[in-house]
Amino acid sequence: MSEETLRLEYQANFEYRYAAGRHGSRFMTALRDHCQLLGTRCSVCQRVLVPPRPICGICAAPTNEWVEVGPTGTITGYTVVETPFIDPMTGVQRPIPYGFAFIRLTGADTNLYHFLQENRHDRLSVGMKVEAVFKPDGERVGSLSDIIHFRSVEE
Amino acid sequence: MSRASAVVAVGQTYHSARRLDVSIPEMVREAVDRCLASKELTFASIDAVVVGNMELFEGINMPEQWMVAALGGAGKPIYKLNTGGTVGASVAVMCDYLVRSGLHDVVMGIGYEKQSEGETQSAITTVGDPVWERSVMAGAIGNFAVMASTYVRMSGVTPEQAAKVAVKARRNACLNPFAHLKIPDLTVEEVVSSRVLAEPVRLLDMCPQSDGACAVVFAAEELAPKLTRRPAWVVATATAHDQQYMGDSPARLAEMRSLQAASEVAYAKAGITDPLRDLDVAEIYEPATYAELAMYENLRFCGKGEGGKLIDQGVTEIDGPLPVNPSGGVLATNPVGATALIRVAEAALQVMGEAGDHQIRGANTALATGYGGNAWTEIVILRGDL
Repeated sequence: MSEETLRLEYQANFEYRYAAGRHGSRFMTALRDHCQLLGTRCSVCQRVLVPPRPICGICAAPTNEWVEVGPTGTITGYTVVETPFIDPMTGVQRPIPYGFAFIRLTGADTNLYHFLQENRHDRLSVGMKVEAVFKPDGERVGSLSDIIHFRSVEE
Repeated sequence: MSRASAVVAVGQTYHSARRLDVSIPEMVREAVDRCLASKELTFASIDAVVVGNMELFEGINMPEQWMVAALGGAGKPIYKLNTGGTVGASVAVMCDYLVRSGLHDVVMGIGYEKQSEGETQSAITTVGDPVWERSVMAGAIGNFAVMASTYVRMSGVTPEQAAKVAVKARRNACLNPFAHLKIPDLTVEEVVSSRVLAEPVRLLDMCPQSDGACAVVFAAEELAPKLTRRPAWVVATATAHDQQYMGDSPARLAEMRSLQAASEVAYAKAGITDPLRDLDVAEIYEPATYAELAMYENLRFCGKGEGGKLIDQGVTEIDGPLPVNPSGGVLATNPVGATALIRVAEAALQVMGEAGDHQIRGANTALATGYGGNAWTEIVILRGDL
């Protein structure tokens, strides 16, 4: 048998279109049209859930109220990513370093993943107050990326 | 009517960053052949096969149909699972169910991954919800780093304490001929000065990406003692999931709700009240150093906020009262689809007395955990006597 071992190249480009759903569409249109952030409140435990959804995962009960949350919030976990990473949304490497965090939006009881303006680790901390920075009017398309990132709020 | 089941045979490949010498089916077959040969089993002894991996890592859909010969599955039921990083332990739990229920007498579970063949860090983002999470995900490393920051804040764990986990893992791996990342003389200083991937996680805090496979045979109560000298009896399994989105848990690493829930169910089934005293060895799914310390707390090896103290005291070292990951663990070897099955396999090797140079003397009760997906947990507890 041959000692030589070969590898075969394969590249694929599949396109997908995901329905945002009723709750996702309402959130995304409010974000696009009014820079407004929405959650839904569980009819049993009363927690405000972001992303908004029809059923509370803990209580398995319906949510029954839309609630405006944010645009301010608190960092509950964060990092500054310094390792190269191919962004699956674009297929190219995301510029590093970049700040990335769990944000508890004001009025919400769950955390939202999003980017931070700050990319210096020593300027970030758990508990820090931040606010959403939206894309300008006319550039928002109805996507979580209509929020550019979160920046610290001077107190 | 349910009956007992036991692990009777284990086989794994030599794991490394790139197994360029074999195709995926050849790599899987290497683990299967080693497993069968360890107990003079043949394919004729196997009634059904359960297989798991992360299909998008290699971009091969329905791999079970394409590697049927490697699995020895022709003419038999083959069950395919994917539960993310947990999948290997899900495979083990399903094997136990199939045997315990009486559906099949002897079942082989197989997990594999060939991370060198795809773009793992990007592929892993496809586990995220496409509407809410993918556009802002940062792969497994960024995700762990965010969780670790919360845990550090709540527990006060230091980088040096986390580094001790890295040192332990890579040193233990030197005693395991199949392990991938072996660093005999690694120091805490080297870990804390290694390259930052995503604060506070540094290169040596994180698990590697490996190519490898693992196979484990489960047999029914009446057959197991005929197939091996000392079966590793499955005395408890438990599975728990958490919520829908990454941000739903209040403090993902510090409060691992699925790990707490599943381990308490399994401890109760196995009659374990004080895990530190009642377990002889643990093989846990620790994707990063900080995760291992958080898992000590969530598994009740120590109190809240005491994970760092436990490693400082040497409790989980290979010669300590409760060795954790004497095989080197995930920090040494991580072929994702096989990783959690390797935890079960290594726990079984300890109970069967077949762990070689990393054998814990007299190990009778062993814990294995799987962790993956959106905070999914599987627990398996094995014991030398029923």
